Amino acid sequence: MEQTNFQLKKQDAQSHEWDARLHRATRATRKDWIGRGISYLCIGVIILVVASMLWFITSKGIATFTQNHVSLWKFLSGTNWAPDQGNIGALPMIVGSFAVTFAAAIVATPFAVGTAIFMTEISPNKGRKVLQPVIELLVGIPSVVYGFIGLAVVVPFMRHLVGGSGFGIISATFVLFVMVLPTITTMTVDSLRAVPRHYKEASLALGATRWQTVSRVILRSATPGILTAVIFGMARAFGEALAVQMVIGNAAIMPKNLISPASTLTSQLTTGIGDTIDGTLPNNALWSLALILLLMSLFFNALVRFIAKRGQLKNGR
Amino acid sequence: MLSLRSGGSTILKKRHGVTEMNKGSKLAMGIAAISLLLVGCGKATSSSSSKGSSSEALSGKVTAVGSTALQPLAAKAGANFTAKNSKVTLTVQGGGSGTGLSQVQAGAVSIGDSDIFAEEKDGIKADKLTDHKVAVVGMAPVVNKDAGIKNLKMAQLKQIFTGKITNWKEVGGKDQKIVIINRAQGSGTRATFENAVLKGTDAVKSQEQDSNGAVQKIVGSTPGAVSYLAFSYFTNKLQAVSIDGVTPTDNNVETNKWKIWSYEHMYTKGTPDKATTAFLKYMDSKTVQDSLVKDMGYISIHDMKVSKDAKGAVTQN
Repeated sequence: MEQTNFQLKKQDAQSHEWDARLHRATRATRKDWIGRGISYLCIGVIILVVASMLWFITSKGIATFTQNHVSLWKFLSGTNWAPDQGNIGALPMIVGSFAVTFAAAIVATPFAVGTAIFMTEISPNKGRKVLQPVIELLVGIPSVVYGFIGLAVVVPFMRHLVGGSGFGIISATFVLFVMVLPTITTMTVDSLRAVPRHYKEASLALGATRWQTVSRVILRSATPGILTAVIFGMARAFGEALAVQMVIGNAAIMPKNLISPASTLTSQLTTGIGDTIDGTLPNNALWSLALILLLMSLFFNALVRFIAKRGQLKNGR
Repeated sequence: MLSLRSGGSTILKKRHGVTEMNKGSKLAMGIAAISLLLVGCGKATSSSSSKGSSSEALSGKVTAVGSTALQPLAAKAGANFTAKNSKVTLTVQGGGSGTGLSQVQAGAVSIGDSDIFAEEKDGIKADKLTDHKVAVVGMAPVVNKDAGIKNLKMAQLKQIFTGKITNWKEVGGKDQKIVIINRAQGSGTRATFENAVLKGTDAVKSQEQDSNGAVQKIVGSTPGAVSYLAFSYFTNKLQAVSIDGVTPTDNNVETNKWKIWSYEHMYTKGTPDKATTAFLKYMDSKTVQDSLVKDMGYISIHDMKVSKDAKGAVTQN
């Protein structure tokens, strides 16, 4: 009994020692901690930046309604934009922004999907060697260059083609079409490549032609991905400022047609911000436009997540 | 030591740059003040040895922000100034008259550049600022060469910009639609033009551009276009229009025969530091006024035979 007790005690002491050794952090563990710390710090900084930007834009943007006592409804539905005279109807810009965004997406999507199908299904080799670099190049061109080309080429061309001054929604659509094309194309390519190989093989084994396979199987199962691509393209079009500003003409009037000058939220922001005084109505009104832009981009993001979720469910079935 | 940050792509970015700089500039000013003291102490003991080089003590940091119309002159004069006073760091930035006025009012910059009187801008407490007029800029209506217009009556010009006259044939030109290109609301150039021509009537809503350069390019390439520009932006692609037979020349501005002109202001708040005072004095000196100002297309403040106050009343000097 004594003996065993002693042995037990000895064992206990030994195990305590081992315990301490085993529980001491090794160098690798410490590195792990440091690594994790750095990651958390980076995330923290990013969250802080995003949160403070949201707070800043929101607090500035609602000043129009809280300090200048403009009614929200008047701001959203009014059509007279003359901040210096106290009229801040933002509807012309809201309509302009949506018009160019949807028009660009509608024009660009068929081209993007067609290109993506060519790159993934019809000629993957040429797609990778020729088209991929071309599209990547399009992404890399700064928007001011697009705007400049728009001003020098598209605007005179439209003037020649349809008359008027050439500035307007149609020119902006044209420029944005080229700008969102690479976004939509690359993302569509990704989603087409993500279609499981056995879908395609099964379809072909059933005797479907290539066209039938592409149009009924591949495109169909990639639809959520393509929709996401289109929405990302639209988000880019909605937020593009410089190129649009250079070709749309910046007239804060309700667009009656596609060829008369109009303006977007972004173009009005870049045109006006330098000439306003902090804390006055014209300045606050511009911040409210920025707030609309922010809310819209949040909306686009939410939409993308929603579609992605629904797509997953569909594939799971 | 002169650092120039001009003509950036986005105004927002510029503004951001400004605020960032301010923190830096305050710190730098503090350091400069201390070093000034140290230099001063050193001077006291060895004043006999360094005779005649009192300007050596001039150091500090001067930031001038605002009007893009004044920016080229301020930048060039600033470069010459720092060449002589190597211990002074002088930064000239654009951003617009509104930015200049609000930044100097906030005490964020040493000099706020503006095309318009501080009194004309809502939200600016003009009595807190000191006005230094450094140059005069004449502006004139410009039309596309094709319109066949060389002279207009003041009343006709007003009718064009208020939308009463819409075709050039109504004022003796070609049968061509008038395309009005305005500057952004709140722009100093637009304010000057509207004060002289529209006299309180609101301009018809039309295209708006945010810089002289954009206006110059668009009027030059768009048939039937009309706008207004500072004299220094005239090119052979544009037709500068005489009003009531008076041609837009420097001499006519100096006598107020040509009515559309404005001062270029440099505003300071409170008692400016030594370096700022010296720079403002340099701007008013014969070296700048008699050569640089004229070379760069402005009109010397010394040549003016009339003066104009914030309300637009003109008196003989």
